[in-house]
Amino acid sequence: MIQFLQNLIDAIALGSIYALVALGVGLLFGILRLINFAHGDFITIGAYALIVPSADVTARLLIGGWPWPVMIPMICLIVVIVALLADALVFRPLRRATSPTLMIASFAVSYIIQNGVLMAYGSRPKAVDLWSGANTQVLIGDLRVPMLQLITLAVTLVLMTALTLFLKRTAYGVQMRAAAEDFRMAQYLGVRGNVVIGIAFAISGILAGVVSLLYTTQSGSLSHTMGVPLALFAFVAVVVGGMGSLVGAVVGGFAIGLIVTMLQAYLPPELRAFRDAFAFGFVILMLLVRPAGLVPARSTFERV
Amino acid sequence: MIEPYVEPAAPGVDRGLTNASELAADKLVVRFQGLAAISDVSLKVQRHEVFGLIGPNGAGKTTLVNCLTGFQRPTEGRIILGGGDTAGWSASRFREQGVARTFQAGRLFKDMTVMENVEVTAAGLGASLRSARKHAKAMLGWIGLADKAALHAGALAYTDQRRLGIARALVLSPAFILLDEPAAGMSDAECEDLMELVASIPRTFTCGVLLIEHNMRVVMGISQRIHVLDGGRTIAEGTPDEIQRHEAVLAAYLGMEA
Repeated sequence: MIQFLQNLIDAIALGSIYALVALGVGLLFGILRLINFAHGDFITIGAYALIVPSADVTARLLIGGWPWPVMIPMICLIVVIVALLADALVFRPLRRATSPTLMIASFAVSYIIQNGVLMAYGSRPKAVDLWSGANTQVLIGDLRVPMLQLITLAVTLVLMTALTLFLKRTAYGVQMRAAAEDFRMAQYLGVRGNVVIGIAFAISGILAGVVSLLYTTQSGSLSHTMGVPLALFAFVAVVVGGMGSLVGAVVGGFAIGLIVTMLQAYLPPELRAFRDAFAFGFVILMLLVRPAGLVPARSTFERV
Repeated sequence: MIEPYVEPAAPGVDRGLTNASELAADKLVVRFQGLAAISDVSLKVQRHEVFGLIGPNGAGKTTLVNCLTGFQRPTEGRIILGGGDTAGWSASRFREQGVARTFQAGRLFKDMTVMENVEVTAAGLGASLRSARKHAKAMLGWIGLADKAALHAGALAYTDQRRLGIARALVLSPAFILLDEPAAGMSDAECEDLMELVASIPRTFTCGVLLIEHNMRVVMGISQRIHVLDGGRTIAEGTPDEIQRHEAVLAAYLGMEA
C-alpha cells in the first residue's frame, strides 16, 4: 500500500511537469491551431541559459548561480523572448497557413534551436547542480516524498490557478478565449489577433521557463535534445485530453504521468525497457474509446 | 414588456464616426465571377429609424448587408458612413466606427458565458474589463437575459441565442445595427416579442436599424421605411403602406404578373 502511494506521488509529480508542458502546447493550439513541437526546445533554451556558454563538459552556472528571486524571472524572460521571436520571425508570416504547415514550421524552429544550442554548448550532455537541497526527502507519515516533488506540484497548482484567473478575470484573457473559439469572429468584434497571439506565446514561454527549472533541478543534466521527449509526451497529453481544451491538456498531462509511472513500477522487469510502447498503446486504446479526448472542446470540431 | 435600459455608470469608448447620422449605399454593384448579385442599388439608413430590407430568397439581401458591414467589397459603387467614403475598410474597422451586425448563423462563443460573450465585444472595442462588464450587464438586463448571464452561450434556447447575438452587437451603442433575419425559425409569439425589442432600438440607443426579415407582416409593423430587392435590383422603396400596394412587390412575392 505504501509502495502504491509512493508510486502515486511520483505519478502526480511527473504528471505536473507534463501538464505544464501540455498547457503551453494546448494554449497555442487553441488560438493558432499550431501544434508547437518547438515548445520542448523552449524548455531546452531555458535550461541552457542557466550556464556559461562553452563546450566544456563541466558546466559553470551563470544565471543559475544568481539568487532565485532574480534567476526565475530572468530565465522566464529569456524563454519568453525566444518564444516571441519565433512568433515574429516564423509563425506571423504564416498566419494564413494551414495547421499542418504551421506544425512543420515548428519542426524547423525546433531543429534551428537544437543546432544553435549544439554550436554554442557542444554536443556532450552536461551535469548541472542547480539546487541539490531539493532532493532531500520529507516524511509524511510513512511516506518519503522528495521535496522537489512537493515543490513541482505546488508550482503547477499556482501556475494553473494564475492562468485560469488570467483567462477569466482580465480583458485580455476573455479576448484570448474568444479568439481560441472563433478567431475571425473575435477579430471582427475588435479583438487584436496579433496581440492576443503574442500574449499566448509569452505565456507558453513562461510555462516553458518554469518547466526548464523544475526539470533541470530534477535531472541534474542538460542535453540539446532534452526538451524533445517532453514536447512529445505533452503533445500526446493534449491529444488524450482533447485538442483545444486547456482543462483537457492538464487532465491529459496527469493521465500520461500516471500511465508512465505505473508501467515503470508494475511491468515485469524484462518488459520495462518497452515502457513507452505500452504507454502509447494505452493512448491508442483511450482514443479508440474516446476519439475526441477525455475533455473534448466543443468548438474545435464544429468549426466551419 | 421590455425592460428599461439602465445606462451603466461606466465610461463608453470614443470611436471615430459614432456621430454619423447616415449609412448609405451609393450605386452599389456586386458581381461574383461576372454574375451580378447586386445591380445598381442605392439606399440610406437613418439613425432614428428601423429600415426594412425585404425580398425573395436570392434577392441579394445578405450580400448587401455584407457590403454595408465590410464583409464584401463592392465591385462598383460606394458605402458611405456619415458622409465619408469607406473604401478599403475591413469589417472590424466598420465595427469600430459604429456599424455592427448580427449573423444568420449566430456565431456566438458557445464555450463562454452569456455575460462574457457581450463583455468580450466591449473589451475588444477598448473598454476596460470593469467597464465592459458594466456595459454587458446593462445590455443583458435590457434584452431580458440578466438571469441567464452565467450560463454558457451554447446552453441557451434558440430564441435566447438570437437575443444574445443582438446584445453582443449593440453593446457600447453603435450608430447602426444590421440584423440579418433575427427572427428566422421563431414562433409567431417569440417573433413578436423580439420585434418589439427591435422596434425600440432607435429610441433607446439612438441607433439606426437595418432589418432583414422574411415575415412581411412583421416588417410592415415596425419599419418606418422599406426597401425591396428582387434579383439584385431595387424594385421599390417607401413606407409600409406604399410597399403593400406596390404592384411589382406583390408580383415578386406572390408570383402574380404585374
